[in-house]
Amino acid sequence: MIRRRGLIGALAGGGAGLLLSGCDRVIAQPQVRDIIFKGEDMHRALQRALMNRDALAPEFSADQRSPYFRTNGTRDPGTAAYNALRAGRFADWRLQVDGLVARPLTLSLSDLGQFPQRAQITRHDCVEGWSAIGKWQGPRLGDVLKQAGVRDAARYVVFTCADLYGGAPYYESVDMVDAFHPQTILAWALNDRFLDVGHGAPCRLRVERHLGYKHAKYLMKVTAVDTLAGIGKGQGGYWEDNVDYDWYAGI
Amino acid sequence: MDATPITPPVAGPVTIRRHSLATRLWHWVNAVAIFILIGSGLGISNAHPRLYWGRYGANFDAAWATLPRFPAWVTIPQNYNLAISRRWHLFFALVLAFGLLGYMIASLISRHFQRDLRLRAADLSPAHLAADVRAHLQFRFHDEAHPGAYNPLQKLSYAGVVFVALPLVILTGLAMSPGMDAAWPWLLDLFGGRQSARSIHFITMAAITAFVVVHLVLVILAGWRRELWSMISGRWRIEGTMADARAEVPTSTPAGAAAQEVGR
Repeated sequence: MIRRRGLIGALAGGGAGLLLSGCDRVIAQPQVRDIIFKGEDMHRALQRALMNRDALAPEFSADQRSPYFRTNGTRDPGTAAYNALRAGRFADWRLQVDGLVARPLTLSLSDLGQFPQRAQITRHDCVEGWSAIGKWQGPRLGDVLKQAGVRDAARYVVFTCADLYGGAPYYESVDMVDAFHPQTILAWALNDRFLDVGHGAPCRLRVERHLGYKHAKYLMKVTAVDTLAGIGKGQGGYWEDNVDYDWYAGI
Repeated sequence: MDATPITPPVAGPVTIRRHSLATRLWHWVNAVAIFILIGSGLGISNAHPRLYWGRYGANFDAAWATLPRFPAWVTIPQNYNLAISRRWHLFFALVLAFGLLGYMIASLISRHFQRDLRLRAADLSPAHLAADVRAHLQFRFHDEAHPGAYNPLQKLSYAGVVFVALPLVILTGLAMSPGMDAAWPWLLDLFGGRQSARSIHFITMAAITAFVVVHLVLVILAGWRRELWSMISGRWRIEGTMADARAEVPTSTPAGAAAQEVGR
């Protein structure tokens, strides 16, 4: 009887295991994979239908912040170029704003400080599952793009970073809805201090309706483009290109 | 009393129409969705196997639970791949949510909910529930005099899954989405923050898993061929002679208990 139960248990477990591994075989079919990957577009369409273009991510009070804001991804780019900028306390750091703009810009940290500032206490959600709440400050990306005279043909904004993945700079992208969202800022301060290296010094993107991997750190260049094709492998970001993360990271 | 017909006391096998097309379709779509959602969800859990209460929670914050690493044979995909686990999970989350919505609308229109799942005060009386538990322990799952009706424990567990567990797992899932938190900020107020929602999501998944296990065990004990066929064809064949049916049978009785109680 015990043997029989053990056998039934083993069969049930083995059956479930076979079904689960069956999923791996099924998604190896390109047609199935295309359907499953369409989930991202469906979520994006549904979310965009359910919210106003400028719907704000929740903001919190100062006492609701995480006592310690964990870092993730690159914690120090460590390249010679970045080390030189860091040694000079980022006085020589410049952010390029180019692509489909009427007036390409080269902005220093103090230039960023000349724009109207937005401070926001928001929650950072890592794709892995953890969350941390902190206060971010910087100019709105939308104001910077307006100053550069972004053209109507621009459909995406691509961020190129100082940290390298597989020898190439990390990069990410957002569409114009998120680029001009009021909470999308080029943050140079976290919790009322200059960004430290672990959190993306001297400047990182905050795009609050998305998961953490969209919030590109160590920003070097902001480029307005009309297509993501030809940038990296064309999926709009390092993780999107290399491990199939969703480009729309609002889910 | 509603319009549920009382099965006449006939001898020999009878076949009753048990499950509507909507119920059967939803059952099988859901079976696939829940299976994939649990497997891919356990894969996602492996990315950060710590659960917290409140708005935030990361490695330096106090976790109320540290989960085991779920082994390859229970995760989708088998090898750790957060991106692919999420692709499976988020696609079938839509199947689960819209499937439930469609089933709820169909069942309200057909009055399946009102007729078959409504719990009456009598269902919940301690004596009634105790009799039903005894009947289950004796492996008597259906009131022979009234085989079409769900027994109180069945009603409680089905209603619990349809109206509590599945809506809860869907809403806590939505509360974890940074996009949905902008669209529907009340989700966070409802659950007390994103990390609380994540914890409740996991606990509800565990409850649904327990339901599925008990459900499968009971299907096997009740005669899996007949039960499985009823969920495919909708028809359920009752073997053997019917016990005397009373003239007045409540729409739900403790499983198999009616015949016993009549003689008392």
